[in-house]
Amino acid sequence: MAAPTTLPSALADAVRDESSLRRFLHGLPGVDQVGVEQRAAGLGTRSIKKAAKLHAIDLAISMVDLTTLEGADTHGKVRSLAAKAKRPDPERPDVPRVAAVCVYPDMVKTAADELKGTGINIASVATAFPSGRSTMDIKLADTRFAVEQGATEVDMVIDRGAFLSGRYGQVFEEIVKIKEACGDAHLKVILETGELVTYDNVRRASWLALLAGGDFIKTSTGKVQPAATLPVTHVMLQAVRDWKTQTGELRGVKPAGGIRSTKDAIKYLVAVHEVAGPEWLDPNLFRFGASTLLNDLLMQRRTQLDGHYSGPDYVTVD
Amino acid sequence: MSDRVSVAKTYKLYIGGAFPRSESGRSYPVTDSKGGFLANAAQGSRKDARDAVAAARKAFPGWSGATAYNRGQVLYRVAEVLEGRREQFISEVALSEGVQAKKAQSLVDTAIDRWVWYAGWTDKLAAVLGSSNPVAGPYFSFSTPEPTGVVAVLAPQQSSLLGLVSVIAPVIASGNTCVVITSQDRPLPAITLSEVLATSDVPGGVVNIITGRTAEIAPWLASHADVNALDLTGAPESLRADLERSAAGTVKRVLRNKVGEDFAVTPDMSRLRAYLETKTVWHPMGV
Repeated sequence: MAAPTTLPSALADAVRDESSLRRFLHGLPGVDQVGVEQRAAGLGTRSIKKAAKLHAIDLAISMVDLTTLEGADTHGKVRSLAAKAKRPDPERPDVPRVAAVCVYPDMVKTAADELKGTGINIASVATAFPSGRSTMDIKLADTRFAVEQGATEVDMVIDRGAFLSGRYGQVFEEIVKIKEACGDAHLKVILETGELVTYDNVRRASWLALLAGGDFIKTSTGKVQPAATLPVTHVMLQAVRDWKTQTGELRGVKPAGGIRSTKDAIKYLVAVHEVAGPEWLDPNLFRFGASTLLNDLLMQRRTQLDGHYSGPDYVTVD
Repeated sequence: MSDRVSVAKTYKLYIGGAFPRSESGRSYPVTDSKGGFLANAAQGSRKDARDAVAAARKAFPGWSGATAYNRGQVLYRVAEVLEGRREQFISEVALSEGVQAKKAQSLVDTAIDRWVWYAGWTDKLAAVLGSSNPVAGPYFSFSTPEPTGVVAVLAPQQSSLLGLVSVIAPVIASGNTCVVITSQDRPLPAITLSEVLATSDVPGGVVNIITGRTAEIAPWLASHADVNALDLTGAPESLRADLERSAAGTVKRVLRNKVGEDFAVTPDMSRLRAYLETKTVWHPMGV
């Protein structure tokens, strides 16, 4: 097994072969389920108001990966999504741009043409999204196609079947190979926490993805319930924080799916600040995978600035 | 045997078919006309109003999309359940408004009859208010009434049941959904009405009932961009101009009732017509 970067000796040992990887992952401390759920709920009650709320809303908007991953996607829909990414609220040019647009590989070209020169990233899901059930060749081809088309970020799914049956080496190899195929593009590794069942598994999968070189760890595809939850995001934030302590490298986290309201988004931001640290409050290190969230953020922003409640008639339909 | 201690009630709001406490956690004592304690009611806040508007908006497609006949059936069913709670309403109206039992009985009966009267209108509105227009060209031209959307209703302060029914029924009969701020000092019949609505066939969110201070909540509803119409019936005199002004900010329909409206008189169609928009369709002939 090849370690993707130069790692401190403890971590370099972990990736030497499959049995040492297993030993490392199973040697990780277990997650205190009650504790993490209670802490997540406790931090969720923190009240963010007025100027701090406005700042949080703008930060959240700049962290959105505006996503459309439907069988019914058309080039027209992707173009309108790109337009929205550039100017989320057309009446208010001071609204920040979103971080990225996230689409299926065949839509990447359309998105890339629309977003040329804007600095907005083009993320593409790849590797037989959302199930990840295909051969390695096809997954690699899928990834290369997305990158050739202009994707600057690749969202891959791990093979949950292999992970749950304990074939960690196989999952590790896959991530390493996909990372190579990505070239300069950033790699986000989707753990699909809804299928991993336990927080211990989420912690192991997070470390596995970090060891294999994922730039981001992402909770879910959005196609499986439950998708992103606060406690799961806590566990993943702990992993990137510990990764930084051990290696000095900064890796990102992306909760995706089920985050629909501004209130939820702010709870996540509080978690980022408290669990990982303020330096993660940055679109390069924390993202929201969402589609409906952006409209709610825009409505809340208007509410804050106009002094009265806004409504869905004043934002775009998507 | 000792005298039984009666159970003092603390009521909650009615939002989206559920009975939540006020987000603010506040409640206030409701008294009868002589100042005796009746119960505690939830004191709604602007955020309760916001949640209620969201619930009403969510319920709107289903309710406005239901056939007029079906809406009529649902409203008749409400009248049936109202009838079943007649005794409770009579005692609450008597206590709240300080009237004799006989007068209260007649008020409740009129309220139930009023509900039935509006229930009968649901499938007749299009025939009465719509038209097939004669036009100078090879077109059919039809005008049909359509519901306005989410209506914020400030219920009458004095007439606690008959007045309330007279302002809610016309709003929902034509397919709108509503957020109602009840009479501030006489909310009990409205709370019981919410229990009636919850146990009849009205989908959750079609009627949302908030108890509390009208003057506190009304400005937020008047300026709310997702509210399409505002009924000023129970608005304090001093607030009316301000409410109309902020309603104009998002071009709401505003119903300014006659001051001292007598709800005992059989109404005309004006309250039904107030929350309807006319859609006209031109269709080429022979296609």
